[in-house]
Amino acid sequence: MKVRAQIGMVLNLDKCIGCHTCSVTCKNVWTTREGVEYAWFNNVETKPGTGYPTDWENQKKWNGGWIRTKSGKLQPKQGGKFRILANIFANPDLPEIDDYYEPFDFDHDHLKSAPEMQAFPTARPYSKITGERIEKIEKGPNWEEILGGEFAKRSQDYNFEGIQKEIYGEYENTFMMYLPRLCEHCLNPACAASCPSGAIYKREEDGIVLIDQEKCRGWRMCVSGCPYKKVYYNWSTGKSEKCTLCYPRIESGNPTVCSETCVGRIRYLGVILYDADKIADVASVEDEKNLYEAQLGMFLDPKDPKVIAAARAEGIPEDWIKAAKDSPVWKMAMDWKVAFPLHPEYRTLPMVWYIPPLSPIQNAATAGSIGIDGDMPDVRSLRIPLRYLANMLTAGDEAPVATALERMLAMRAYMRAKTVDGVINEALATKVGLNAALIEDMYKIMALADYEDRFVIPTTHREQVEEAYDIKSGCGFTDTNGCSTGISKGNLFGGKKRPLKMPHEVQ
Amino acid sequence: MHNFFFGIYPYIALSVLVVGSIARYETDPFTWKTSSSQLLRRKQLIMGSVLFHLGILMIFGGHFVGLLTPIQIFDAMGVSHSAKQMLAMVLGGVSGVVSLIGGLLLLHRRLFDARIRKTSSFADIAILVLIVAQLFLGLGTIFVSAQHLDGHEMTKFMAWAQMILTFRAGAAAQIADVAMVFKLHMFLGLSLFLVFPFTRLVHMLSVPVRYVLRPGYQIVRSRKRHPAE
Repeated sequence: MKVRAQIGMVLNLDKCIGCHTCSVTCKNVWTTREGVEYAWFNNVETKPGTGYPTDWENQKKWNGGWIRTKSGKLQPKQGGKFRILANIFANPDLPEIDDYYEPFDFDHDHLKSAPEMQAFPTARPYSKITGERIEKIEKGPNWEEILGGEFAKRSQDYNFEGIQKEIYGEYENTFMMYLPRLCEHCLNPACAASCPSGAIYKREEDGIVLIDQEKCRGWRMCVSGCPYKKVYYNWSTGKSEKCTLCYPRIESGNPTVCSETCVGRIRYLGVILYDADKIADVASVEDEKNLYEAQLGMFLDPKDPKVIAAARAEGIPEDWIKAAKDSPVWKMAMDWKVAFPLHPEYRTLPMVWYIPPLSPIQNAATAGSIGIDGDMPDVRSLRIPLRYLANMLTAGDEAPVATALERMLAMRAYMRAKTVDGVINEALATKVGLNAALIEDMYKIMALADYEDRFVIPTTHREQVEEAYDIKSGCGFTDTNGCSTGISKGNLFGGKKRPLKMPHEVQ
Repeated sequence: MHNFFFGIYPYIALSVLVVGSIARYETDPFTWKTSSSQLLRRKQLIMGSVLFHLGILMIFGGHFVGLLTPIQIFDAMGVSHSAKQMLAMVLGGVSGVVSLIGGLLLLHRRLFDARIRKTSSFADIAILVLIVAQLFLGLGTIFVSAQHLDGHEMTKFMAWAQMILTFRAGAAAQIADVAMVFKLHMFLGLSLFLVFPFTRLVHMLSVPVRYVLRPGYQIVRSRKRHPAE
């Protein structure tokens, strides 16, 4: 047993209202620079839809993630090491920027500088790459917002696999949900595995996956390797970039920007202890439907004295062990089993998990005759097909998703009985395999979602690995330009010096 | 003048290549990259880049082996000078044409595709123009070589290259009487060495051989101290 700690995230899709605050605050902090205008480290998609970049979930097309070979070994789906190197001159699996969208801005200046004209001046779009006029914007980061576009296109959604999807194009049967996405900070990251330069690494102490910008050579294999298409090639710097899980914030015990600013309080951050020795075995289980259960099997119970002893032996700090005990991620994934990994069939062992959304009962006209099972409606009568959620979260295995939805319905029914009728209905809890105390805890964390319940983040103990004296008067986090404040505009080797704006001291 | 271009300039070019590359790697590793533009435009890149790189690699290997292997080794192997020259002309010709097709595809894409043109630096365009010009010159030497197939001219270039690399005097004199197209080809080649550290060519030095040697696929970096250590 090799204990490692990971900062995991859970997103409660039942509460996501699709406001895109997470995407916008993330963009403002991380990707407003030239070269990554098209990149959204966090984006929100309307489902069903083909997403951003278009059809990203379809690995028959993109060859992202891992495959299990006949001999039972794991190999990146785009090919083993030699195949990746053979494709280094031109990567056949790399998306083009048009698969995301051509970044654009508008001629805002024209609104005030236009001469007197017959027609009212407009701000027309232009390309952020070429600066040329774009006559028609063809695509954007959320092009299918609230079921935008025709069903024929949206229904190419990979999650319709095995579903008679035609009826969901009808107005009466339509359904939708939001899916906010960011880097999964996988336990078995396919991007890191595909990087020929060895620039992508997973941090041992908190599991954050990062790209070393000075080691990245721009071979762009990570972009095609990641099945979630969450590594972005910066066409200006020639380096790949990705979500950093806002590590400077995480290190100081603060939630990521997307989590902090989430108005629906849907995001949770917490520590998960796991057994790193099991990664290869878990990621290569034969039946992909077992991947979800297998991943649960590698998480270690932070209350188990044996695990605590092993964690201490690995040098995991005490406050991290304590945080693991209070982790909302552990509770949702392990205690209540309401959270699931996104597309476990990619075999990357993702660590950003999702609570499936409840939805209205499918056919209001027959509401009287549908399967009301005691005090709760049957989860199969919900508007979002169970199979659709299962295709997204458990490689098609419906049973765990059904249990999760039942538990969430039970929580509602229990709390309704308690607060409206003043009755404690213990039977509701036991029917879904929980008890009253667990349901009340679920309610506190999932429904009330107080700040300190959502974010249980221990600080990183840099004092244990760094001499603070040695880094005195250092320059902190910089944009890979040393401590330079950027006096010259360019340098001999084609690098651009970007000014690092420091507040001036008042004389 | 001849002595400067072929006796002194090679050392200037090679020194700048070595010192400049080390300086760039040390002081500004962030700029050390391939500068791939495949994301912006796939068209013409797949075919162009593959042909260009494969051709260049073959040419590079051919020049390396052909120029720097001592002539005695070929003699010992029983390869006559004229046979070696024929080999060089055929292999060089084929790989030259392959990379020229690729290079022209890439150059056309770089100059006439708005996305690529707008995002190219001066160095990006200039280096491609220089390489394509060098390919034309290199292919041009084949026609001159075809007029004397005895392999005698070729041994002059081998002697020159080997004398330069072993710091012996009189290297330039070896090639004093060769045709102009050879001299131009050599001068431009040395100039490519000279500008190497200031262009995207540096990605050549980062051939990811270590990827194959890396144990397994994953990389984990640790900052923490293990109590056991």
